[in-house]
Amino acid sequence: MTQQLKEPALKSRGMTRRQLLSRSVAVGASFVVGAGFVASGNAAWAMETTAIKPESMATLIQMARDIYPHDQVGDEFYATAVKGYDSAENAEQVEAGITELNAAAAAAGHADYLSIGWEEDRVAVLKAIEGTPFFQTVRAGLVTGLYNQKALWPIFGYEGESFSLGGYIERGFDDINWL
Amino acid sequence: MVAKFDLTDDSVVVIIGTGAGGGVLANELAQKGVKVVALEAGGRYLPEDYLNDEWDSFSQLAWLDTRTTSGTWRVAKDFAGLPAWIVKAVGGTTTHWAGASIRFQEHEWKALTTYGKVEGASLLDWPIDAAEMAPWYDKAEEKLGVTRTGNRPGLPGNNNYKVFEKGALALGYKEVSTGRMAIQSSNETGSRIACQQTGFCFQGCKWGAKWSAAYTDIPEGEATGNLEVRERSHVARILHNDAGKVTGVEYFDKDGNLQFQAARIVCVAGNTFESPRLLLNSASSMFPNGLANSSDQVGRNYMRHTTGSVYGIFDKPVRMWRGTTMAGIVQDEARHDPSRGFVGGYELETLALGLPFMAAFLNPGAWGRGFTTALDHYENMAGMWIVGEDMPQSTNRVTLSDATDQYGLKVANVHFDDHPNDIAMRNHAYKQGMAIYDAVGATRSFPTPPYPSTHNLGTNRMSERPEDGVCNKWGQTHDIANLFISDGSQFTTGAAENPTLTIVALAIRQADHIAREMSAGNI
Repeated sequence: MTQQLKEPALKSRGMTRRQLLSRSVAVGASFVVGAGFVASGNAAWAMETTAIKPESMATLIQMARDIYPHDQVGDEFYATAVKGYDSAENAEQVEAGITELNAAAAAAGHADYLSIGWEEDRVAVLKAIEGTPFFQTVRAGLVTGLYNQKALWPIFGYEGESFSLGGYIERGFDDINWL
Repeated sequence: MVAKFDLTDDSVVVIIGTGAGGGVLANELAQKGVKVVALEAGGRYLPEDYLNDEWDSFSQLAWLDTRTTSGTWRVAKDFAGLPAWIVKAVGGTTTHWAGASIRFQEHEWKALTTYGKVEGASLLDWPIDAAEMAPWYDKAEEKLGVTRTGNRPGLPGNNNYKVFEKGALALGYKEVSTGRMAIQSSNETGSRIACQQTGFCFQGCKWGAKWSAAYTDIPEGEATGNLEVRERSHVARILHNDAGKVTGVEYFDKDGNLQFQAARIVCVAGNTFESPRLLLNSASSMFPNGLANSSDQVGRNYMRHTTGSVYGIFDKPVRMWRGTTMAGIVQDEARHDPSRGFVGGYELETLALGLPFMAAFLNPGAWGRGFTTALDHYENMAGMWIVGEDMPQSTNRVTLSDATDQYGLKVANVHFDDHPNDIAMRNHAYKQGMAIYDAVGATRSFPTPPYPSTHNLGTNRMSERPEDGVCNKWGQTHDIANLFISDGSQFTTGAAENPTLTIVALAIRQADHIAREMSAGNI
């Protein structure tokens, strides 16, 4: 799933990384956006948007990371987790939520959410909207949207399915050696 | 050869639900030559169907029909529509259970006598005791192939157990072992394959090493030619005649058509939410408060065990998910010792969740680095679960909600508030659990709140006197002689032990009673 966000997304638009970067502008520290896409600052991955603004998708990805920050987990996993919000069905509510989030950022003296440099300051803004249905929907969705990505499990050491490998009876169910 | 009974055949025993209670009762009656129609709301899944994937398995097996919640328990906030994590499938929650199979302690059958009156609690003594139940426990242990009973060896301890054991022994605990489990520990001592330490016990054992009615009692019963299991059949109502005897059940079949199955006897085993819901939904002009409810006790005294979990993080890997999910137990705290500040006791049992469920259950609703730095060390985590006796309270109850299910039937609302005794016990257990991990050098340990309930008990309780409960010592309802309660809802009190072994023992005993009474022409 995560792989789909990388090269295929770029190739489908017939763009090289360089072309992509030349057609985009930076939003915040981590992302660039162009017409109908959001990408990482170095264009290592890119994701098309169809129903919501690319800036809104970049904001959602940052918000996802700030809710469940794992420094060893790349943005593409967070992007995959919130990708589903880019739909005609969700667009209106998502844009309203992002507007709400940016308003909270503005109330705290920032230009918008993505322009806030420190995680601590972004978290303070999230705290201000923590009770909203928008925040709660995004947070609750991440519990499965983020942590149920099989490609993410090895980063945490989790091995997933084991029946096809004969379980752990001969693969270390009791191999602890430091007790 | 699988039986097929006519809808109008009023000589059959109808059993509603096929889990630890209903599934075992169905087989035991069939073995005695009694004709049985078992109606199961869920579908049939066998080891080849089970999934080594937490969320996919949850979608496959869990009871996800609408339920509502109320009360101050945290589940009502975090999992408002999911008060229980139990199974909708042939074999019921025996598909999902971890396999811990321990007997009640002698004093736990006499909770009121032993603990005395507890303010706010509706404690009672069971109308049966340890001596009465001993031979039935023997049979249940044989049926389930429980380790450390008969000639069956204990299971080997996995990494999660080794951490737990070392900490528990360091604290001075003595009753520490890999426990009595309904999991095959040796190919020589039973017909099931021995445990391959695969993990995913909660998702259905793909080896069939763990006992589940789905692939033991159900097919054994079917092989007699006396048992017909109708899956995807949701019972809507139990009907009765003018004499106040039940005559059969109305159910929605797999195609959604309403059917009527006649019955000589009806046994309710839909679990602690569905069983009282069904009795309440079966109200009639003769029984306006629901069937078997002259005592007003149907749905009351809901118990869920005082649970909670403790996780420890270490500076080196544990990989707790490898091997048996519930791999060991500390029993020293299961005693009744009011000097600890509460009555009753609790067990500590290892438990492991995969990363996806750990994210969902570690601290529901939490976010930010306090949460994620704990998950970052998932590989270095060890986990345990608390199972303690909770106090029955008449206000903790299942009632009919205003919400309806896919059949238009009112669903169960589950109301629960912790009793002060429950809170005192949980806090004691959290402290002891964290001390166990600290004793092995945990760099961080933390208590996590109870999950959606798996041990759901008490809402049709057994009582000596008809005014105190719903059924007598045989599970026969006080009000209606040919209506029985056959699941965990008949529990008078919860004791500290995982309930399945006791549910199975009661089902074997009830089958014996029903067959005898049928032969004698009494029911």
